[in-house]
Amino acid sequence: MKTIHKIFSKITLLIFLVAFIFLGCEREISGEAVVASFSSTADVFIDSPVGMGSDFYFPYAGSKLTAWSVDENEAYQGTASMRFDVPNEDDSNGNYAGAIFRIEGAGRDLSQYDALTFWVKASQGVTIGEFGFGEDFLENKFRATIQNTSVGTSWQKVIIPLPDASRLTEERGMFRYAAGTQATNGFGYTFWIDELKFEKLGTIAQPRPSISNGEDVTVNTFIGVKINIDNLNQTFNLGNGQDITITTAPSYFTFTSTDPSVASVNSSGVIEINAAGTAVVTASLNGVEAKGSLIINSLGSFSFPPTPTRNPDDVISIFSNHYTNTNVDFYNGYWQPYQTTESADFSVNDDDFLNYTNFNFVGIQFASPTINLTSLANLHFNMYIPNEVPSNFDFLVTVVDFGPDGVNGGTDDTRQQLFVRKTPSIVADSWMTFEFSLNGLTNRNNVGLLIFENINFSSLTNLYLDNIYFYN
Amino acid sequence: MNFINKNKSKLRLPLFAFAIVLFSSCENGETQTVTTKSELVWSDEFDTDGAPDSNKWTFDIGDGTAQGIPGWGNNELQYYTDRPENIVVQDGMLHITANKETFMGATYTSAKILTKGLYETKYGRFEARIKLPWGKGLWPAFWMLGDDADGTVTWPNIGEIDIMEYRGQQPTITHGSVHGPGYSGATPITKSYELTNDRFDTGFHIFGIEWGENYINYYVDDVLYNQITPADLPEGANWVFNSNQFYIILNMAVGGNFLENPDLNTVFPQTMIVDYVRVYK
Repeated sequence: MKTIHKIFSKITLLIFLVAFIFLGCEREISGEAVVASFSSTADVFIDSPVGMGSDFYFPYAGSKLTAWSVDENEAYQGTASMRFDVPNEDDSNGNYAGAIFRIEGAGRDLSQYDALTFWVKASQGVTIGEFGFGEDFLENKFRATIQNTSVGTSWQKVIIPLPDASRLTEERGMFRYAAGTQATNGFGYTFWIDELKFEKLGTIAQPRPSISNGEDVTVNTFIGVKINIDNLNQTFNLGNGQDITITTAPSYFTFTSTDPSVASVNSSGVIEINAAGTAVVTASLNGVEAKGSLIINSLGSFSFPPTPTRNPDDVISIFSNHYTNTNVDFYNGYWQPYQTTESADFSVNDDDFLNYTNFNFVGIQFASPTINLTSLANLHFNMYIPNEVPSNFDFLVTVVDFGPDGVNGGTDDTRQQLFVRKTPSIVADSWMTFEFSLNGLTNRNNVGLLIFENINFSSLTNLYLDNIYFYN
Repeated sequence: MNFINKNKSKLRLPLFAFAIVLFSSCENGETQTVTTKSELVWSDEFDTDGAPDSNKWTFDIGDGTAQGIPGWGNNELQYYTDRPENIVVQDGMLHITANKETFMGATYTSAKILTKGLYETKYGRFEARIKLPWGKGLWPAFWMLGDDADGTVTWPNIGEIDIMEYRGQQPTITHGSVHGPGYSGATPITKSYELTNDRFDTGFHIFGIEWGENYINYYVDDVLYNQITPADLPEGANWVFNSNQFYIILNMAVGGNFLENPDLNTVFPQTMIVDYVRVYK
């Protein structure tokens, strides 16, 4: 620490001298000669918030706004701690607790530290979802989070290593947390945090950054598609020998593409596809090569489905950029345990597409509220099957009316099955248009669900969908 | 290294030594007298690239079966080789590397070198500058064994001085021990030393002893952290460090009784890098 201080003061002096020389002919030394440096205060909360200003607590949307307080009856050290009252899941004022602590005013220079540390205990043994820092509700550029911290009922120290301290020269996001009741059967609890501060521990070592969860992931894609690199982590070995993994914002990484003419990547980890071909995107963090990569296989120009031409007044849209979509609960319900379908939705030139991968079946629910199709007795959708159509292709679309009770299940649901059989018109790498009458669905004033599925052991695994709508 | 550690740190220094240790942490205070012997009598600076100098070092090869102690007496998992993948001098340093690979029936390979028959001595200051590996199940050591008089004297009667032993899952802690008759295996005379605000796998540290008649002093860098004397031995036990000639050993074991075996989170390969080994009288 001393060395850093010394170097810094030398730099300051040097700049001062340079400035002095440049400004030597002026009557007085300009105030600009002083290097702008940010506070390197370590403490965030000791017995009260330190250097945070008065307006620093910003809860997340949907969380209980009053979850945080200063508790003068509990402390690990000193006279007070921070108290967090996590609400029950049915609390109408917010069903979880979560917020950022953002300095009111200029950020801090944290580059001399290697960890954010604090002491924590809870009213019962719990797993707390997220602890971290670097979120400011502005760019959230240097967000860093540890997940699922096990917290007991006696004070324990938590260490969150800084993924790369040299990036944190002007940081306002001192702390963030999110705590729900998933592990407590929906019942609330309290936890306390004390002695929240940045430290130079000197025992945090062996950085092992990763992208794409450390795997080499191949993505088949098209010109114009933008892909966010995700699953970015930094892993360290702590002084006690334990590894800890930090979910790490893209801005900590330096990204590289083997062929930017095919796929370029910006500092936020967004890949843009520019041409047909192959490129591999890799990353490093503070000079350490990250494990994992994205292998971009650009198939060239994307062919768009036919632009819908029906009058919007005659349409209720579920998924289309050409109509205003009705309220959709989810495009992939992920029904466990049998569903394997994952989503890899993408956009080309701001036109959005549903992409189901590892497909077996998937549901799209729009039951808030259900829709009345009495006068709109037809379904339209476009489907694109990349690469090839499996020889055993057999596809079923089911439209479900939830009945008078308006909910999925019960005794009043009715459904219509629409079969898409393998015919010469089912082709790969081309948009197909499907239109079905729903006249077989007698009651259709509470329609809430569409199900797409493989039947008869069909092995279709990858498909794109667009322009899913009901029409007159 | 037949050493099942019980993690007991016996405080064997008289009170004044504590005072010295405390002083040593003060920047401008009195400096602790760590070593007194300064005439260099033997060293390997590892300045010549390639295999270790055969005039100074010999190898132990295998898993101990040939020596009659499979797993080297500690259920260790490695097969020692003299291949450059496991041991090589380069860039002025000795590199002993543990690899995860199937080799001669073992699942790990590593290396072990000794000065046995080439340099054996009694008393002196023995030190090495080492950067240690990390991760669960890695057990590097810098240690000494007494001569066995062509097999006529057996361990622990020959005496064992462990200058540095380390568990990869405890990257801030080193252990210094002696084994002899009545204080061997699970019950050596031992003490641990923990770095503050630092670890042994991120930089080089000096591990040493100063050994004379009826004492062995243990130090790390500029901190003397223990002295072992005959008074520390169990009642009636023999001090076997005043008569025998001892040789030097460097090795990295994988798994075994001293620590847990590696798991999926242990990163391989792992290398112990030795800048030098020096002996002063």
